[in-house]
Amino acid sequence: MKRNLLTAFLMTIATTILLGIIYPLVVTGLAQVLFPKKANGELVEVNGKLVGSRLLAQSFTGAGYFHPRPSAVNYDPTNSNGSQLGPTNRQLIDRVKSDVAALQAENPGTPVPIDLVTTSASGFDPDITPAAAEFQIPRIAKARGMSEDAVRELVRQHTEERQFGFLGEPRVNVLELNLALDRTPGKLASR
Amino acid sequence: MTLNGWLQILFFLALVFLVTKPMGVYMARVFNREKTFMDPVMRPIERLIYRLTAVDENHEMRWTEYAIAMLLFSAVSMIVLYAIQRLQGVLPFNPQKFAGVTPTHLAFNTAASFTTNTNWQAYSGEATMSYFTQMAGLAFHNFISGATGIALAIAFIRGIARRQMKTIGNFWVDMVRSCLWVLLPVSIVGALVLVSQGVIQNLRPYDKAVLIEPMQVQKTGPDGKPMVGSDGKPSMNTVTEQTIAQGPVASQEIIKEFGTNGGGFFNANSAHPFENPTPLTNLIEMLAIFTVGAGLTYTLGRMTGSQRHGWAVWAAMAILFMAGCVVAYWAEARGNPLLAGVDQRVSASQSGGNMEGKEVRFGMANSTLFATVTTDASCGAINGWHDSYTPLGGLVPLANMMMSEVIFGGVGSGLYGMLIDVVLAVFIAGLMVGRTPEYLGKKIEAYDVKMAMLFVLVFPLVILTFAAISSVRTFGTAGISNPGPHGFTQILYAFVSGAANNGSAFGGLTVNTLWYDTAIGFDMLLGRFFMMIPMLAIAGNLAQKKYVPPSSGTFPVTTPLFTVLLIGVILIVGALTFFPAVSLGPLLEHLLMAAGKTF
Repeated sequence: MKRNLLTAFLMTIATTILLGIIYPLVVTGLAQVLFPKKANGELVEVNGKLVGSRLLAQSFTGAGYFHPRPSAVNYDPTNSNGSQLGPTNRQLIDRVKSDVAALQAENPGTPVPIDLVTTSASGFDPDITPAAAEFQIPRIAKARGMSEDAVRELVRQHTEERQFGFLGEPRVNVLELNLALDRTPGKLASR
Repeated sequence: MTLNGWLQILFFLALVFLVTKPMGVYMARVFNREKTFMDPVMRPIERLIYRLTAVDENHEMRWTEYAIAMLLFSAVSMIVLYAIQRLQGVLPFNPQKFAGVTPTHLAFNTAASFTTNTNWQAYSGEATMSYFTQMAGLAFHNFISGATGIALAIAFIRGIARRQMKTIGNFWVDMVRSCLWVLLPVSIVGALVLVSQGVIQNLRPYDKAVLIEPMQVQKTGPDGKPMVGSDGKPSMNTVTEQTIAQGPVASQEIIKEFGTNGGGFFNANSAHPFENPTPLTNLIEMLAIFTVGAGLTYTLGRMTGSQRHGWAVWAAMAILFMAGCVVAYWAEARGNPLLAGVDQRVSASQSGGNMEGKEVRFGMANSTLFATVTTDASCGAINGWHDSYTPLGGLVPLANMMMSEVIFGGVGSGLYGMLIDVVLAVFIAGLMVGRTPEYLGKKIEAYDVKMAMLFVLVFPLVILTFAAISSVRTFGTAGISNPGPHGFTQILYAFVSGAANNGSAFGGLTVNTLWYDTAIGFDMLLGRFFMMIPMLAIAGNLAQKKYVPPSSGTFPVTTPLFTVLLIGVILIVGALTFFPAVSLGPLLEHLLMAAGKTF
């Protein structure tokens, strides 16, 4: 008993040093050397200014930008969360109803893709489905004075297919797509 | 549901099948202390640890000493984790200058949570824990609580395999070998693979990005509610920056899955793009969750000399796993019938279904597969919020945990939980033919069955008691965020998850309160240690028994018939115990949802 208690103390110290300190620091060192960009969150800079991470959605509400999925936490990466609303919760039903009404006004006659009116799990899902991108094309083309086909071509270029052809789902990274829009000549082209 | 979705699910099951044998053979060699390819690296470290910690590696323990060593190690390391949390303000690696974790009941809850391999999180990682606490406190416990589980499973296997012996191994040696030979090498390689896909790994302070479009955000008052101006309109704030939380995530992510711990570095866990950025990382994380549990069935077969028994157990796990996948995938892909005007159908350009609380890159197949895997095992990582699942979709994780996570299961705990069910199955088969039951040459007698029943009964007793109290007292019901039957499910899920040492949640429930932190804290401790002790008692008792050669009256534990009987026992023990509670929660909500009722 006494000896095991002594070992319990010493073992906690020894394994903390090995597994709790040496291991993560070694992995950090290797990661920073081997994959520096990925290890630091795939940060995106425009003209030398940090504008975000390609893995984290940020708010876009202007007519000339693709909008990401709704966020329950205002796209705040220090507070990652979903809405936690259950399927029969009236707050969920009402929120979706009003979001659907707003989106249908902008693109009448087309059913609204589900991911555009549901909050993501992280609160900053970087992607939308190709369906959700297609739904927004008319608005963006109009706001930017581009042809719908030109916008559609840009969406196509930024559509990531399933990994290795079968893993996950096809998706469109909203931040990268919007930055590409800004680089495209048109009446809203900037920066 | 799509063909591609099913292909992904079956591909995953095929990978689990493929890792079972190599992992099982390797672990059998590690714990029999035979030569492995890791010896040149790990053996010197192992010797050094024993020298520093006063361990005699040739000392053999009876089950009682084994249990005491395990309990002492858990208690000491739990106290240290409590202290680290409270003192993190003065410890290094704290670029965000987080103060010590308060209130004390949260620090207690978290210490109990990580010590018991539950990783229930009543806090939000990116807003509470320093990098030091994450690495040396939380990720460290991911290793040792997993290693403790593996050690105990190995001790149980020895109990079956040994004949007329009083001892079942040495806890320290089994625990250290689990860490050094099994968990650490895979974690180093796995962490780097995750980083290559975009899981972050750094010690930098949080970055500040300047938003391309400034964002209007409604202010929140001191009470946490959205603020409204004197004119009745919401009062808004213009936000121009996004603060990007950073940290040593990959090193924690891999062991969180491989040790079936499940505590996310961030609040959003494996739904967070920094923890799980691509479909490949999602696959690796799911596979990591099942690898040890699947491998241990092969280790069982190898160490007891009945490989076909190992596969019969594996088959029972695989069948129950697929059953969960089918129900969850079907329920979520159907979507939410209460939502009007939206397109929830699957097409070439969207995966459709109930996307509330899910991520686009995972869609329906990978979200529901992850939910099934994480609750089959005692992991509890999530890549979508179970609280927002449809009633039947959310029932699958709940039911998986109610079967006490024996479907591949937590590292170690899944196997010994399953073997308790095997003891019961053999006992029931014995009753049916009127002979003393035998299991792999050991007579199963009154003492063993009593201990097995204790193991089985502690679990619902703890859960139902706490859930009942919480459902009728205001300190319990105050935490509910989704009214109606869903609110009861939130409470039930919390205590099932705690006692099963899973750690996933119906996350809307407000749990950082004195009642929930304390109650779930004890729920987790009782669910872990009060089940481990009777299990070790059976192991010790089996080890000292004589070997009885199989006769014509022995119920064979290697046949499909055995697999079916085992599944039957699991369903009866798990499902029937909790059926009344389940019918008040998810089943009722499902019927009301179908009738168009909202709350």
